[in-house]
Amino acid sequence: MSPVVSGAPKIEFRDVSHSFALGGGEFAALDRVNLDIADGEFVTVVGPSGCGKSTLMNVAAGLLEPDAGEVLVDGEPVHGPSPQRGVIFQQYALFPWMSVRKNVEFGLKIAGVGAAERRRRAERFIDMVGLTDFADALPKTLSGGMKQRCAIARAYAVDPTILLMDEPFGALDALTRVQLQDRLLDTWSRERRTVLFITHDVDEAVYLANRVIVMAARPGRVHRVIDVDLPYPRTEEIRLSPEFAELRREVWHSVYHQPTPMERTSS
Amino acid sequence: MATVRKDAAAPAAREAAVTGKGPVPPGKARSRTKRSTLPLTIGSGLLGLLIWVVLANIGIQGFPGPLEVAERAVTSIGDGTLLGDALASLRRVLTGFVLGVALAVPVGFLMGWYPVIRGLIEPWLQFFRMVPPLAIIPLAIVLMGIDETPKIFVIFLASFLSSVVSTFQGVVSVDSTLINAARVLGAKDRTVFTGVVVPASTPFILVGMRIGLGASWATVVAAELIAAQEGLGYRMQQAQLYYDLPTIFVQLIVIGLIGLIMDRALLLAERRLTNWQERR
Ligand SMILES: Nc1ncnc2c1ncn2[C@@H]1O[C@H](COP(=O)(O)OP(=O)(O)O)[C@@H](O)[C@H]1O
Ligand SMILES: [Mg+2]
Repeated sequence: MSPVVSGAPKIEFRDVSHSFALGGGEFAALDRVNLDIADGEFVTVVGPSGCGKSTLMNVAAGLLEPDAGEVLVDGEPVHGPSPQRGVIFQQYALFPWMSVRKNVEFGLKIAGVGAAERRRRAERFIDMVGLTDFADALPKTLSGGMKQRCAIARAYAVDPTILLMDEPFGALDALTRVQLQDRLLDTWSRERRTVLFITHDVDEAVYLANRVIVMAARPGRVHRVIDVDLPYPRTEEIRLSPEFAELRREVWHSVYHQPTPMERTSS
Repeated sequence: MATVRKDAAAPAAREAAVTGKGPVPPGKARSRTKRSTLPLTIGSGLLGLLIWVVLANIGIQGFPGPLEVAERAVTSIGDGTLLGDALASLRRVLTGFVLGVALAVPVGFLMGWYPVIRGLIEPWLQFFRMVPPLAIIPLAIVLMGIDETPKIFVIFLASFLSSVVSTFQGVVSVDSTLINAARVLGAKDRTVFTGVVVPASTPFILVGMRIGLGASWATVVAAELIAAQEGLGYRMQQAQLYYDLPTIFVQLIVIGLIGLIMDRALLLAERRLTNWQERR
């Protein structure tokens, strides 16, 4: 069940570079990144801390305007965020003063969906992530995993064609993480939204993806692209298979044995 | 726009400064302290009363005992002066306070949202914060006469200054991830402001209001000592002229009680309105 990599890419990074001011000089968080992501593809990005993964995602989300290059979505350059590109943050980013239901309805309300329809749709996604009994609970009463499920429901509710996820399961315990991975794959294989999923967990990167992008740091750039030719649905069997182990070793190797950073701090 | 998360725990910390309580340990420890406070409070009250009786009896010149003060309280309640004075003081405080907060909140939001406005206003704010509101009274009396205006103005100033700073701090400390979360869901500036920035800064605003109300109450009594025809401070000033210590005691107790009630009421409102906050 490999994705059909044909036609125009869904997301295209074209020579995307971005620097942050750093003590009088500049720090290259992204250096001429080129990357095509096909429609319906599940791509994961791994790399050492500080290699520009979040920066890459923020550029794709339209939250950050790159210094050079551009990101195209469906052939159109990205300027500013759009509900078409749903974003899941590691810190959940739920509105703490709103109940689960109100959080999920937020995007629908902005889109001008009427109250009754809003409620109906929110309910569907709250059911989908298994938070029905907590629909009127405040975020502070939820566990980390439940918070992230709520954030996922909130993103799905506005029906994005792309999901951008920045280490969404990074703060969760191992068991919860695996459960959420399986749910995510389950939904993805039914709906085939394009997913750009950032993680620092090599296992997670391989388990989820059609393709793993390994980034290198200083300057942040695409180091290697590794195809994952494992069938979906991914199961525990696959997780324990020799093919999985081999791929994991390969990704692990390219993450942890990277070329020495070429310092590019100019001033 | 400045959206750096500076210190998320700031409202809680400032609250601790207001109430004089440290952070409450979670779980069991909290309920244990709660259970033991009431008897201690009663005991503390009785002890205070005892010390008062002793002080009155060892005969400090004219020092009234609790009974004498209670009698005076009953008389001034009976002839209506106490209620009249309390209402006069409260009216001044509430007028000045409401005006001050009503201006402080929009100004604080503007300062937090537009760095230019912040740059223009902040130096003046920092300066006037260092001037005790009471020090403005002579100027206010000269410019505005001796009727209600200068008193209300000074209270307005006291509550404005404390509320504006906290509102502004609330805006700049709004978590930028929340703003981004709203934007990726399609929110434009206006929705980000009304839907995220305003609710996220309410805890700060409410803490500022509480500090402001305390400052206003302190200011009104002092302002009445200087110039007034009625009010709790005025009554004390009069009593001082006649060496009338029981009346001074009654006024002091009423001032303390009203201040305490207002503070508790705002604290309760604050808890209610911001119970969504994770308290660590
Ligand atoms: N707002 C910022 N200001 C300055 N430097 C930043 C900023 N955001 C990120 N950086 C720097 O850019 C580099 C890449 O950051 P990031 O994309 O967050 O990395 P990752 O998500 O891979 O850990 C890091 O070295 C980080 O310190
Ligand atoms: Mg990151």
